[in-house]
Amino acid sequence: MKLLGRKIYKGMVKAEALVTREGISFYGGVDPNTGKIVEVGHELEGQSITGKVLVFPMGKGSTVGSYTMYRMMKNKTAPAAIVNEKIDTVIAVGCIISEIPCIDKIDIKKIRSNDLVAVNGTEGYITIDKKT
Amino acid sequence: MDLTPEEQEMLDGKFGKAAKKSMEILTTLGEIFEADSMVKVYGVQVAGVSYANLGEAGLEFLNELAEDGKVRVLTTLNPAGMDRENWQALGIDADFVKNQNRVIDAFAKMGIITTCSCTPYLIGNTPHYGEHIAWAESSAVCYANSVIGARTNREGGPSALASAITGKTPNYGYHKDSNRHGEILFKIKTNVTGTDQFGVLGKLIGNKLVEIGKKVPYIAGISDASVEELKAFCASIATYGGVALFHMERITPEWNEYSKPNESSVEISKEDMLKARSELIDDFSEIDFVSIGCPHATINEIATIATLLRGKKVKKEFWITTARPTKKLADNAGYSKIIEDAGAKFAADTCCVVAPIKERFKGMMVDSAKACYYGRAKNNFKVRIGNLEECVEEAIK
Repeated sequence: MKLLGRKIYKGMVKAEALVTREGISFYGGVDPNTGKIVEVGHELEGQSITGKVLVFPMGKGSTVGSYTMYRMMKNKTAPAAIVNEKIDTVIAVGCIISEIPCIDKIDIKKIRSNDLVAVNGTEGYITIDKKT
Repeated sequence: MDLTPEEQEMLDGKFGKAAKKSMEILTTLGEIFEADSMVKVYGVQVAGVSYANLGEAGLEFLNELAEDGKVRVLTTLNPAGMDRENWQALGIDADFVKNQNRVIDAFAKMGIITTCSCTPYLIGNTPHYGEHIAWAESSAVCYANSVIGARTNREGGPSALASAITGKTPNYGYHKDSNRHGEILFKIKTNVTGTDQFGVLGKLIGNKLVEIGKKVPYIAGISDASVEELKAFCASIATYGGVALFHMERITPEWNEYSKPNESSVEISKEDMLKARSELIDDFSEIDFVSIGCPHATINEIATIATLLRGKKVKKEFWITTARPTKKLADNAGYSKIIEDAGAKFAADTCCVVAPIKERFKGMMVDSAKACYYGRAKNNFKVRIGNLEECVEEAIK
């Protein structure tokens, strides 16, 4: 299945999806050393986002989050790509400075965790291989 | 997005790596928010200065930019984690100081003025009415848009830095007339006076705006407001409501520029104010820390504190947080000596929100609603709000 979106940051990558219906705050909500979600009560709490195509509706929280994403890239704990319904400034800037492929305007309900997702941030689409 | 030949050349890398990365950030934001072009900015205020937030990776990002990046416009910095001269007296760890100075050095290398303050508008980074700027620091953004009538979106650290290096920002949001009108009318039915009460009002309106999903309030019923009161109000309404722009009838410069919002209005009564104020007073009596200057104290506030402290001795840790140039003014005027003789301490370049003082104190008294929020959330303090006089009284009690 191919879904068209809007390119935010260039790059092509294929990896397993990790999907949540909740927003993500990189500052305070993600541990840049372990790559795990640490926000108390978040539906992904305790799960690692490292190397995943991270799929969530929209970023939230402090603008310092962009720097947290950069720290994760340097620590090799960053997600492989980010897919959003609606991009916000913190995530967009974080992807640009950390060179993480990113697209938005995707109906994320069509993606399930563990699906194999190819993100084309250069042209702005994703293709999904459903988990069998 | 239409780019000028020079902007396109920056994006293509002809002005170096830092300008290329900066223009990538700005054009991407411009496309997301449907800007048609870039606008020139008069000045920039950069946030993301505390080493505690940046860490080694953030510092590495700054160092990479500083390799060939130079700012093209007047650029100032947000508060750092410590007073750069007086950190020992304030009990800040020497390793932290070393790392914090590495951050500041990277900014200095890019040509940024390293006066670390959340009130750039008090110390020479002062745009005029209608001028475009790119500021981070939510309280200063709100002050610049609302009280000065300059134009900025709420920038983050990297996007503000990108504007400093290119001298440009994408033209969307609060840069455009079409997004600057008041959306909802607040009628204030009680007398509001003092930095503490303006902070309480900011919290009240900010909370309400979040609840109803609006961003730009039009506020009627305030008869008079000082720079200090507006500064406190901006900090509070930005903290509790994410507000970047408000209009205050007959007080702020654009109040009569756009049509007054005519849909449903919200009334603020004396009872509402009392209830909101009570939410900024924890049930806790043991105050061991008093802090004035969130946002950074003006010379006028420092003069008042000097008058109140003359010949007295403080019994509690008492910080006055301010910008370095304001501190120098206070030195010259003799206020600093009076204040320091009383045992109070200046903490220039920093503040009680960003300094690494988590759990160092139990109860903090302040005149700032913003400081109450961060004192609880970041530092695990119990808090109490009071006016400036009450704060000084608590310190000498």
